[in-house]
Amino acid sequence: MSGGAPHLGGPETAEPATGAKTTTYVDAIREGLREEMQRDERVFLLGEDIGVYGGAFKVTDGLIQEFGEGRVIDTPIAETAIVGAAVGAAMMGLRPVAEMQFIDFISCAFDMITNFAAKSRYRTGVGVPLVIRGPSGGGVHGGPFHSQNPEAYFAHTPGLKVVQPATAYDAKGLIKAAIRDDDPVLFFEHKFLYRRIKEELPAGDWIVPIGKAAVRREGRDLSVITYGAMVWIALEAAKTLEAEGIDVEIVDLRTLFPLDENTVLESVSKTNKAILLHEATRTGGIGAEIAAVLSERCFEYLDGPLVRVTAPDTPVPYSPPLEEFFLPNAEKLCRAARALAAY
Amino acid sequence: MDLTREQRLELYRFMRLNRVVEEKLVNLYRQGKVVGGLYRSLGQEATSIGSAFALAKGDIVGPLIRNLGVVLVMGYSPRDVITQYMARATSPSGGKDCNLHFGRPERGVISPISMLGALIPVMAGIALAARMQKKDLVTMTWIGDGGTSTGAFHEGINFAAVQKLPLVVIAENNGWAYSTPFHKQTAAKSLADKAGAYGIPGESVDGNDVLAVYAAARRAVDRARSGGGPTLVEALTYRMKGHAEHDAQAYVRKEDLEAWRGKDPLERYARVLVESKDATAEQLAAMDDAIGQEVDREVQLAEQSPLPDPEVALQNVYANGGVAEVEPAPLDAKRLR
Repeated sequence: MSGGAPHLGGPETAEPATGAKTTTYVDAIREGLREEMQRDERVFLLGEDIGVYGGAFKVTDGLIQEFGEGRVIDTPIAETAIVGAAVGAAMMGLRPVAEMQFIDFISCAFDMITNFAAKSRYRTGVGVPLVIRGPSGGGVHGGPFHSQNPEAYFAHTPGLKVVQPATAYDAKGLIKAAIRDDDPVLFFEHKFLYRRIKEELPAGDWIVPIGKAAVRREGRDLSVITYGAMVWIALEAAKTLEAEGIDVEIVDLRTLFPLDENTVLESVSKTNKAILLHEATRTGGIGAEIAAVLSERCFEYLDGPLVRVTAPDTPVPYSPPLEEFFLPNAEKLCRAARALAAY
Repeated sequence: MDLTREQRLELYRFMRLNRVVEEKLVNLYRQGKVVGGLYRSLGQEATSIGSAFALAKGDIVGPLIRNLGVVLVMGYSPRDVITQYMARATSPSGGKDCNLHFGRPERGVISPISMLGALIPVMAGIALAARMQKKDLVTMTWIGDGGTSTGAFHEGINFAAVQKLPLVVIAENNGWAYSTPFHKQTAAKSLADKAGAYGIPGESVDGNDVLAVYAAARRAVDRARSGGGPTLVEALTYRMKGHAEHDAQAYVRKEDLEAWRGKDPLERYARVLVESKDATAEQLAAMDDAIGQEVDREVQLAEQSPLPDPEVALQNVYANGGVAEVEPAPLDAKRLR
C-alpha cells in the first residue's frame, strides 16, 4: 500500500506503553478469524489467493498452515461461485467466511447475496449464516475498481446485516460476532486502516455486538454521525474545532444495517444538530437514511439543517489530486461544522 | 443398477402423478385459483423423474420450476405443490414464495430462486459442506438450455469440477427458453459438449425415455458417490406448452409439436411396460384412476386451506422471528433524556 494519502489523521489511540502488545486492524481481523476457527470447527474460509498466498492484504496469512486446505480454500476467480458455495455450505449448517479480494468485486456476487442469501430465511425458513468480508475504501489511489464503498447497496436489502469497523477492537469483535450470527453478515473492512491503526486488545473471548453504535467523543454543539475510516477524520476535525470553541460529538455507527437508531437519536436530541459523514458517494447513501430517521423521529429537536459530508456522486478517480479532491477530509468536515454551528 | 418391476412401476406412477397434478393445476388456473403463473412440464416428465429416481436417501436436489416430478420423487405431496400455487398459509413456503420455490436441506430439496444458474454454485456448496461433514451424499440439480448461458452455470460447474464435488447437473434441453430457440442460446451442437471445457464427463440422453434418463443419471450419481466428481448430462426433450400458461407459444411450429407429441414419454413408457409384461393396460388404467382420485382429494384439501395472515409478511426476515418494522416508533422524549 502506498503511504501518505492525506485524508486520514493518525490514530487517536495513544502510543502503547513499552512492552505492551499492540494489534493492528488487519491483525485484529485475522485474530478474530483464527479464534473462531479454533472455537468452532464449522467455520471455514474461501476466496481467491487466501490460502498459500495469505490473501492480497495478508488478512488470512498463516491460516492455511494452521487449519489446512480443507478449511482455507483457494478458489477460482469466481465471486458468484464463492458466495454461492458459501450459501450452500451455510444451509448445511457450516459457517463460511468468504473473502472478496477487493470489496469492489462484490458486485459480481450481487445476485447470490441479495437474492439467494438475503431472502432464504424469509421465503423458505432456511437460514444462511455466512460472512462476506473484504477491503473497501479509497485513499490508496486504487482507481475506480479498487476503492469503492458499496455498503449502501446492501443496506437496502432486508435479510442482510452490514457492519464496518473503525478500530482494531471493533474489527476483531465484529468479525467474531458476524461469524456467530445466524444471518448473512457483510463485513466491510477499510484497507486504509489495515496497518495504520493499532491498539492494545484485551485477552479472552469477547465480541462487539452487531447493531450497537459507539460514541467516540462526547460533545455539546453538534453530532457527527459516521463510520469506518471517517471516524478518524471526524476525530481529527474535532480537535481543530475544539480550539475554535465548537464541541463535536462523534457517533461511530459500527453496524449500518440494522441501524442503532437510539444511539443516533440520543446524540442528536442532545446536540440538536447533525452532520452525516461518509466516504461513500452522496445520493442514497447511509447518510440519507440517517437524515430520514432524524427527520421522522427527532424533528422537534433539530436546530439546523441535516448536513451531509460525503464523496460526490462520481466514480472513485485514480490520480492523487483527483482522489484527494473526491474524498471527504477533516478540512471539508470543519467547514461544514463551522457553518452548521453558526446556523 | 437394474430396476425391479416394482421400481419400474413406481417410475410410471410418478410420471402419471406429475402429469395429473399439472392437469388439475390447469383447471385451478382457469378458475382463477392459482395465484400468478403456472409452469408446465408436459412432455418432460421422464427427465425429472428418471433423474431424481437415480438418487438415494440422504441425497439433496436443487430443482427448477419445471421439475415438479423431482419434488414428488423427493417426498413432497401433491398438496404441497397445489397449496404453493394457491399461495396458501399451509404451503411449504407459507405463502412467502410461489410455485416450486420451496425446500429444506433436511427434506433433501433446496429451493431455487428465479435467477437461472444460481442453484449450481449453491449445490456445489451443499456438496462441499457434505464432504467436510463426512456425509456420503450426492447433489443433483437441473438447468434448462437457456440457463446454460448464464455466468453462474459456468462458475458453479467449474468450481465443482476443480473441487471434484459430488454434483450431477441435468441440462434439460427442451428446445426453448421462453420464446428463444436453442440455436439463439448457444453455438454449441450439444449441451453435453460443454462438459469437456470443465474437464468433466458429459453425455446426451433421450430425455423422453425414462429408463435411459435413469441409466445415465445413475452412472453420473455412482461416479459422484465414488469420488469421481461432477457430470453434465444433457436430456433431449421438448417443451410441449408455452413458457407459462399465458403463453400460447405461437413461435413454435405446429409440425414440431406434432412430431414430439408422438414421443410422449408417458405413453411411450406405458407401451414399454405392457410389452415387457411388467403390467397390463388394465393395470395401468387402474393406477391412473387411483392417482386421479388421490389428486382430487389433494385439490379439495388445498382449496380448504387458509390464506396467510397479512402480518406474516413481516416475519422471519432474520433469525428468531426477526420482525421488520412497519412504521418507525415516534420519538419518546422521556426515554431519550
